[in-house]
Amino acid sequence: MNSKTLVRRRRQLLLFTSPALAFFLLFAVFPLISTIYISFYKEDKFVGLDNFVFLFTNDEASERLLYAFLHNCQFFLIAASIQLPTALFMAALLTSGRVRRMTSFYRTLLFIPTTLSVVIVGFIWRLIISPLWGIVDYPLLGEPATALPTITLMSVWQYLGIPMVFLYSALLSIPSNVIEAAQVDGASDLRIFFRIKIPLIAPQIGIITILTFIWTFNGFDIIYALNGGMPGPDYATDVLGTLFYRTFFGWGADLGNQNLGAATATVIFFIILLGTAAYFATVQRRLKVSQL
Amino acid sequence: MTQKKSRFQVRSKNLSVHLSLIFFVILAIGPIFIILINSFKTMDGIFTGPLKLPNSETFTLDGFKRAVAQGNFVRNYANSTIITIGSTLFTVICSCLAAYGITEYTTKLSKMIAGLFTIGIMLPVTLGTIVIIRMMNKLNILNTHLSLILVYVGISVPLGVILMVTNFRAISNELKEAARIDGANEFRTFLIVLPLVMPGVAAVAAITMLPVWNDLWFPLILTAGPKTQTLTLGIQQFVGTYNNDWQALLAGLVLSAIPLILLFTIFSKQFIKGLSDGYGK
Repeated sequence: MNSKTLVRRRRQLLLFTSPALAFFLLFAVFPLISTIYISFYKEDKFVGLDNFVFLFTNDEASERLLYAFLHNCQFFLIAASIQLPTALFMAALLTSGRVRRMTSFYRTLLFIPTTLSVVIVGFIWRLIISPLWGIVDYPLLGEPATALPTITLMSVWQYLGIPMVFLYSALLSIPSNVIEAAQVDGASDLRIFFRIKIPLIAPQIGIITILTFIWTFNGFDIIYALNGGMPGPDYATDVLGTLFYRTFFGWGADLGNQNLGAATATVIFFIILLGTAAYFATVQRRLKVSQL
Repeated sequence: MTQKKSRFQVRSKNLSVHLSLIFFVILAIGPIFIILINSFKTMDGIFTGPLKLPNSETFTLDGFKRAVAQGNFVRNYANSTIITIGSTLFTVICSCLAAYGITEYTTKLSKMIAGLFTIGIMLPVTLGTIVIIRMMNKLNILNTHLSLILVYVGISVPLGVILMVTNFRAISNELKEAARIDGANEFRTFLIVLPLVMPGVAAVAAITMLPVWNDLWFPLILTAGPKTQTLTLGIQQFVGTYNNDWQALLAGLVLSAIPLILLFTIFSKQFIKGLSDGYGK
């Protein structure tokens, strides 16, 4: 390729990609980077790490941050440990070849909760478990011990459809000759599923796990929809997302502080970044190798 | 004899798979169904028999009438529609153009741009909210539809581009070469091949629409004013304020969920394709 065509190609490339790049860089990348930048400032004054020192050493701030982080971990662990096996089971049923023409019917119905907004999901479940209707005789959302697991389960109910269709597509993409070969060898369905199918879709299981991690650590909606910005009882359902919201936007009598908010956002960003990087550096790489 | 037995075994296995799936379907649809049936009932009907279907005594459309008449319901509906259609339209256009560029003019730079969008899929953009507020404030577009559309396009475009790249890659070069020989310029060539990637466009549209319509965070922060409030935020405040009008509440929730459930049921194939192709690669 001579340099003239290279220049022409580059120009065409930039022409076509510039609208998408402009939106993405201006309204997604720039705000994130700039947020890190203003986390080193107080109003217009550069203060170095002061905001972070405050977040990690101030008694109340550090306690809030720690608990929000632990709640996120709990949320993620409960969500992932229920969502993934259930979604995998549902996907296995759908691709078992035993439901034939009903497949898309089931798949569509099973996905419907995912199309609802968290506001509706929160309301539906609050109504169902409310003493008003008397199906459950315990204030699940009112007790610190049960509030967060209950909300997590609501979220699992809502988003189960995403790992399901994701793993469903992964299972469908397994070449049929691999399965047929195993069947000829006399392997049972169960054995084929655990010994052949699961190892083959391990990279997709990994991806959906890390996406669940990113989504839950970045989550806000369901908690806010149920409990507002001061997630009770007694902060028992406070997560990093609601803490971030309170810090910069304020809540009740507390005024927001944008620089502290930016520092909180930066901390969350690095938690997500570290988790994701650690995952890709260790687990996902090994999965790719074992696939070869 | 043995054949008969194995056929019986296959049948019972099929049946158990159906039964398991029906169990999950009830779990997924049951709660929604309860809300749906109660939205057509009188107050008495809602509280005396929440699990009963509406009958001649308890059936009423009062809830729907009051929900629509109440406050900003219709305006919020319009706001959500404008914002969702606007965001989806710009996302689709930008994604198609960018994906065509990336697949057509492969250089080191095109690979870098594709890599940038791949990372962008996982970017937690909400963490940049403080700066987004400042920007919208400076542009003087807080509390406008535009502010939300700009942010949503920025968030949605990476997944859209990656999805469209897989679609444009699948097109053979012959059509493009033929167009060029006929003297079409590059943009014209793009328009000529565009009909071939329509399934991809539908997938991008479906996967963009859903989170935009249901989002709570950015409407809360950028367009909480009464004139630009979205339906999701409006319903949230409707639910949040002390409210005894359960009929209107249930009806409002049902009305707000209908558009997406309908759209998804029609486009579920595209949606699922979008989800698995977009994140799976």
